[in-house]
Amino acid sequence: MTGKDEAELSRLMRAAIAGDERAYADLLHRIAALVRGFVRRKIVQGGVDPEDVVQETLLAIHMKRHTWRQDAPVLPWIYAIARFKLIDAFRRRGRRIEIDVDDLAETLAEPEPETVSERDINRALGGLSPAQRSVVSAISVEGRSIGETAAKFGISETAVRVSLHRGLAAIAKRFGQARFGRE
Amino acid sequence: MRTDDLIKALDADARDKAMPLQSAWWLAAGAATVVAAVVFLLTIGPRPDFMAAAHTLRFLSKFVFTIVLAVSAFTLIRALSTPGAVTGRAMAGLVVAPLLVGAAVVLELFAVPQTEWGARLIGHNMMICMGLIPLIGIGPLAIFLAILCYGAPTRPVLAGAVAGLLAGGLAATFYAAHCFDDSPLFVAAWYTVAITALALMGALGGRFLVRW
Repeated sequence: MTGKDEAELSRLMRAAIAGDERAYADLLHRIAALVRGFVRRKIVQGGVDPEDVVQETLLAIHMKRHTWRQDAPVLPWIYAIARFKLIDAFRRRGRRIEIDVDDLAETLAEPEPETVSERDINRALGGLSPAQRSVVSAISVEGRSIGETAAKFGISETAVRVSLHRGLAAIAKRFGQARFGRE
Repeated sequence: MRTDDLIKALDADARDKAMPLQSAWWLAAGAATVVAAVVFLLTIGPRPDFMAAAHTLRFLSKFVFTIVLAVSAFTLIRALSTPGAVTGRAMAGLVVAPLLVGAAVVLELFAVPQTEWGARLIGHNMMICMGLIPLIGIGPLAIFLAILCYGAPTRPVLAGAVAGLLAGGLAATFYAAHCFDDSPLFVAAWYTVAITALALMGALGGRFLVRW
């Protein structure tokens, strides 16, 4: 199963890097399910919401996808990022925890659906400039395309892309700054 | 925001392309070498008898030590800045330069009478060595820390320290072309102090600046 997952995910990752947007969405959904299983298994008691860690991991994977080497396996890369973000989440809540490094087999869990609750990412969204916030919300929560968002706000598609990218980068940065309990 | 909504936003941002991290490291290595060379030439420059010295074993051995250190640190830092990369072998490679210096120290102790050990150790340039190596290395260190931020080191403090070793190896390579103290005893003592200082600065940079 690991081998199959690995082959499929690296194929999608390569396709996504080559510009296949459908492959990228598919890839992110699969990664979300894998990471959700991994994180839920690691968080045995309260304090950290698994879905917050899933979202931080996805954002980090997106912002750092240039760090993956196309000739290297993708699963260890994904889990290393997930583990880093999970440790961050624990640290932020003032808990120290040791994460097993060598239990990939255990982490290859069945995909699990997400639970709904107030998210860290909403608080991070609140810290964006009004223009970035409305663009990010329009594309994510309202599900609009780049073109629809441009029409809605009366700005160019390029401006939408710039606001989206900067908004996402700012959220990722905020999550990064939150390490060592500075939030 | 639901995770599915976040994925829509990430997908819409997929067209944004960034340079692969491995290419960025090679670019940074080139830029750091240029910066170190400029600082070196503006401050001390090579020793006047460089060509004559290049025929002596002790002088050449300094470059072996510093270049081996720089190459092993460069290999390791590229792995450390990539999540999930295997670092064991690269980590072991880091001990090669200290081992070579250690072996050279033993040879020197056999080759030189005991009465001269002190003079060889203290040399002429000890303060310049400890000042100039960090001075030449600080610009490269800043460049390497910036690339660490661009990468995704899961052990930022360690990665920062290795950035310091890399900057130190690079700076010491230039400094070695200036310094008249070629004895391994001098190198083992004062180069180590100067490079360790850069490694400590790098570790602090990793701790406080490298966030992602």
